[in-house]
Amino acid sequence: MDWQVILRNLEFMVGGLALTAQLAAIALTGGLLWGILLGLGRLSRSPWIYYPATLYVHFFRSQPLILVIFWFYFLVPVITGKPLGTFVSTVIAFVTFEAAYFAEIVRAGVQSVPKGQVAAGYSCGLRYHQVQLYVILPQALRSMLPALTTQAVVIFQDTSLAYVIGLREFLRRVNLVDTREARSIELYCFAAFVYLVLCLLGSRVAHRFERRREVALP
Amino acid sequence: MFHYDFDWSVLWRHPYGAMFAKGVWTTVSLSLVAWGIALALGLMVALCRVMPCRPARILGGAYVEALRNIPLLVQLFFWYFAAPALLPKAIERWLYANVRDLPYYLAILALGTYTAARVAEALRSGLLAVPPGQLRAAFSTGLSQTGTYWHVIVPYAFRIVVPLLSTEFLTCFKNSSLAMTVGVMEATGTASYIDSFTFHGLETTTAASLVYLATSASVILLMTWIEKKLHIPGMIVRRD
Repeated sequence: MDWQVILRNLEFMVGGLALTAQLAAIALTGGLLWGILLGLGRLSRSPWIYYPATLYVHFFRSQPLILVIFWFYFLVPVITGKPLGTFVSTVIAFVTFEAAYFAEIVRAGVQSVPKGQVAAGYSCGLRYHQVQLYVILPQALRSMLPALTTQAVVIFQDTSLAYVIGLREFLRRVNLVDTREARSIELYCFAAFVYLVLCLLGSRVAHRFERRREVALP
Repeated sequence: MFHYDFDWSVLWRHPYGAMFAKGVWTTVSLSLVAWGIALALGLMVALCRVMPCRPARILGGAYVEALRNIPLLVQLFFWYFAAPALLPKAIERWLYANVRDLPYYLAILALGTYTAARVAEALRSGLLAVPPGQLRAAFSTGLSQTGTYWHVIVPYAFRIVVPLLSTEFLTCFKNSSLAMTVGVMEATGTASYIDSFTFHGLETTTAASLVYLATSASVILLMTWIEKKLHIPGMIVRRD
């Protein structure tokens, strides 16, 4: 055992966490925004919106993320005619994929808002998008908070999959150090520990949101 | 835009067709064996978590927390790169020399133990949902503690969590794609492997994604039917 190997390469490996965090943040915001639209689409009464949104959500929920990452990796250069780099195609893959999961969370959250709220909004003279934006979504987002935090933790774990197309995020860097130093046990224990601590923190936050909500809505 | 010549024949032309079929079969066998391990191990962990014995509860809880909060890819790398090195040198050498599909078996272990943590959470919710009267009724008929759990509580809990378990199986099936990172040639891995010879990755990944879609759809149809058969009268059923 030689735990010094972690200290020697700490700066390089932790540098990868910045990219991991960046990817997670973009996937989270992009996925959430796109997911809100899809989630509302899943609740739409118009079949032209409902069926495409439903198909989208079901399709991407049946796919492994790693395959979606590959698929966009191959597809993006075909559409744009020139390679845009692994980061761009990974970001597109993440937003596309995670939005399907966010859509289901949003749908459940919107459905948890009492129907009377919609009627009340309309009777105040608000339009559809105003009712959604000012009445339903603020309440729905509050009740979705625990599920959203859990999904954020899942996304944070998922970023490690960007490894497959060579993006130098945290796990890739650990892997690179390992190929040079051949200290698998120490290095992967370290990687596991870092993810464990960060994800446990996230889970605690989710748990706290859940308890707070229980108090707020008896 | 679209300067790309599609060549779908990479999916069946020799030797790629056989390669792809083998990849799909590897995905199926990998996820099924891992699922078997996950069910057995997950049940044990879930039982630990509802036992009156405190150390067992803590141990079960620690297992679930640790394995759910470390990305599967890290766990897979641990099994692949680090675990054999933890064994005595002689056994490690024997493993590398004699077990031809070592990455495949290590991937099964990684996926099985990881999915077990998720299955344990599902089963625990089921065990807690069994009305406490059932436990007392079983005891009062003279069953031992093991008998009570084996004949009454566990079958009851399984029936409650069938919908959750079918979701977990699909997650396990999708997660089997991660095995490609350690060189197991399953469907996703084969798709990118064929790309390295032909540069037709778009076609192969599309085909792989259709395989996952078809499998998910058929498993959902099958499980919806099984859920209807197994649902406990008076309990909530999944519509949709």
